[in-house]
Amino acid sequence: MDTHNTSKGQLRIVIVGHVDHGKSTLIGRLLHDTGSLPDGKVAQVHEMSRKRGMPFEWSFVMDALQAERDQGITIDTTQIHFKTAQRPYVIIDAPGHAEFLRNMVTGAAGADAALLVIDVREGALEQSRRHAYLLHLLGVRQVAVVVNKMDQVGFNAFRFDGVAGQITRYLEELGIRPTAVIPVSARHGDFIVSRTEEVDWYKGPTVVEAVDAFEPARAPVDQPLRFPVQDVYKPDDRRIIAGRIESGRLRVGDTLRFAPDNTTARVVSIEGWSAAPAIAAAAGQSIGITLDKRVFVERGHVAVLDGTPVGTAYRLTVRLFWLAPGTLAVGRTLTLKLATAEHRVTVEAIESVVDIEDLSTAPAKAVRRNEVAEVVLRSRSPVVLDRADVLPRTGRGVLVDGHDVVGGCIVLDYEDTGANLHAVGHAVAPAERAAVNGHAGGILWLTGLSGSGKSTLALGLERTLFKRGWQVFVLDGDGIRKGLGAGLGFSPDDRAENIRRVAETAKLFADAGMVVIASLVSPARTDRERARIIGGAAFHEVHVAADLAICEARDPKGLYSKARAGEIPAFTGVSAPYEEPEAPELSVDTGTLSQVEALDRLLAYAVGAFGNGAVSREDFAI
Amino acid sequence: MTDLDQLESQSVYILREAYNRIDKLALLWSIGKDSNVLLWLCRKAFFGRVPFPVVQLDTAMELPEVYAFRDRIAREWELDLKVEQCPPEEAMDPTLPPLTRAAARKTEGLRNLLRDGGYQGVFVGIRRDEQATRAKERIFSPRTLDGAWDVKDQPAEFWDHYKTRFAEGTHVRIHPLLHWTEIDIWRYSKREEIPIVPLYFARDGQRYRSLGEKNITFPVASHAATIDDIIAELAVTRVPERAGRAMDNESEDSFERLRSAGYM
Repeated sequence: MDTHNTSKGQLRIVIVGHVDHGKSTLIGRLLHDTGSLPDGKVAQVHEMSRKRGMPFEWSFVMDALQAERDQGITIDTTQIHFKTAQRPYVIIDAPGHAEFLRNMVTGAAGADAALLVIDVREGALEQSRRHAYLLHLLGVRQVAVVVNKMDQVGFNAFRFDGVAGQITRYLEELGIRPTAVIPVSARHGDFIVSRTEEVDWYKGPTVVEAVDAFEPARAPVDQPLRFPVQDVYKPDDRRIIAGRIESGRLRVGDTLRFAPDNTTARVVSIEGWSAAPAIAAAAGQSIGITLDKRVFVERGHVAVLDGTPVGTAYRLTVRLFWLAPGTLAVGRTLTLKLATAEHRVTVEAIESVVDIEDLSTAPAKAVRRNEVAEVVLRSRSPVVLDRADVLPRTGRGVLVDGHDVVGGCIVLDYEDTGANLHAVGHAVAPAERAAVNGHAGGILWLTGLSGSGKSTLALGLERTLFKRGWQVFVLDGDGIRKGLGAGLGFSPDDRAENIRRVAETAKLFADAGMVVIASLVSPARTDRERARIIGGAAFHEVHVAADLAICEARDPKGLYSKARAGEIPAFTGVSAPYEEPEAPELSVDTGTLSQVEALDRLLAYAVGAFGNGAVSREDFAI
Repeated sequence: MTDLDQLESQSVYILREAYNRIDKLALLWSIGKDSNVLLWLCRKAFFGRVPFPVVQLDTAMELPEVYAFRDRIAREWELDLKVEQCPPEEAMDPTLPPLTRAAARKTEGLRNLLRDGGYQGVFVGIRRDEQATRAKERIFSPRTLDGAWDVKDQPAEFWDHYKTRFAEGTHVRIHPLLHWTEIDIWRYSKREEIPIVPLYFARDGQRYRSLGEKNITFPVASHAATIDDIIAELAVTRVPERAGRAMDNESEDSFERLRSAGYM
């Protein structure tokens, strides 16, 4: 009995290459020549070929569907098992049609190694290069090249060398050194299982020798611990945190930190059912653990060993492949699934699109289907992550739009906001809100005479910032008086109280991460100074300046004429003083500037004061 | 980790993903060797219990040993067993070959189950190495309401991220054993001492290698009387697993047609 063959784990090999370069034939050959085909299969293929008036068609061994046999193409990806004396294999057949890229990705992402099939007469065409590039992107590092249809060129060594050199150079630019480059005729079985004596110039391995030389992928047990939480179960009085260890090890007694909340707890037990109790577990194992205290842990959290770092970011740069029919442009919001977490992410920038042919990058406004691009994503929630070149399993994710997976990405870089964030009085720190919103919270206090244009400016700015994705809200003096300021009149004391209430409210908005635009006449300098004290560093005074004469000429609400007629007592500018700010952060003269110019100034100031650029990494460290 | 540990861990991961992401689930239990392993893996994943209904699509054509085993295991493992009676053969697509038509009863039974039970996901214990169209399956395989499978338009599935969002009126087949092989099933059953219907073991030079209804499934020649014998037999055999399944070979595309219409 062949225990040797059955107890060794299978190796997964993806076969890629341009359509019609002979992948299916190669697989049919491999299966047949290693004795892996079931009885009757060859007779079946003979019959299928005969019915279609074809000579024996090897690819029918693989092609399961009537349409595949009738049209001579492979639909979707498929998997088939064979074994050599060395070990069992799973062959993943990935179709070469460019439009079937998602199936190729589906097939190739799980492979330990790849065979890249190239027709010697055609060389490495665009699809071959694309497949090689995707193998690299998907993390498949072991590649052997099969130069097929050598019988068609009479096993000419010169022709072989040309193609071998071309593809080897391309792979080496990707950082892949092919483990072998093999001249074969899949149709006739040359150099598949056995050597062909007449071809004496090739001394390298056969295809079977090359696959037997591949190394199985090893679980990253010696890397830092990453244990993404998949679910929390309460089967009885136990509370079991379930998930799979993606890298590293954990032991009973270890103190774990659950990012991004960074709560800590000790592992009390590793739970199992119908299994011996375990005191340790390692990468690749699906486990359940219990903790020494009841901390809030949910799906999406990632446990690491306490005292070891893990990235937490709102802004990440990824290399992305786009599988969906439409294009991907800046501003598009998608769901990023990374480990067990889901995040809403917005495309902030498209840095470049990669030209698969020559590996150059070029700026682009959008990513089209089947393209690879470097893209900056901004997340609304903290993403626990690693760089893909450091820890691949927690450094990659898929992008989901609606119901569908529309792309995949690997993390190239990120702005780490994680380690030093400790909110005071809130579970969410201001810097975290700023990172999510893309701007800090703050108060723009617009003061000026009635008719100076405060409301127009406030509403214009609110609309403009909102369109940029900002969290922004206008507190208008007139509106406030109906609710928050109800019962207050226009006496100096009542005005002061009204302004205090508005300032306190504005402060709450600012603390909540919003930009609040307070639009009030607020004529008394002392009242505004008090608002500044309430608002603190977030308070920015903007003087909307316009001469009284201009304001009175505008008189949009007819208040000046009523005041002049004595119908409104203590009307600012007419029968009560307006105290101009001595040192406002900004002064906008609506008497000399057009509405558009005034709004531009205010916008530029707001972006400078609260925008992205204003939130530096140093701010997070506090 | 041994290769069996890896297979087990991957299946447990899939089961837990489905349980977390899909609202209303059921597990199809054919009472054969594969779905027995699937049930066992559920108990591993969920610490002893199977937290969703276990459904047998019944045509009243199973062998008596199968029913006896079903009732014993359902009791001992405290399963929430539901038996769904499949519609009669006369109600099937008359253009199907006769034996395929008999098999299609289960497709209809499943359709009724989904409609009446409102299930959004069903676990099915199929494997890629069993049959060529199953080799093209996704782990999370979306279906239309009537169960149809569109092999030409399957979702991208990579890096253990599965399609878990669906349009109203569709459902998903979840295949936690897709990456297992026949010999894996037996080696794992042996290691875990999973109970098995005795029809798999040879008697009088014959055994069932794939267990189905008595009218469309036949035993194959074998002297494998124990699990060890079976493992040894599989290491050298070149007889396909479903050789005893009459409907597979009735015409070139009979099984493909069954599966496109929603067969497991």
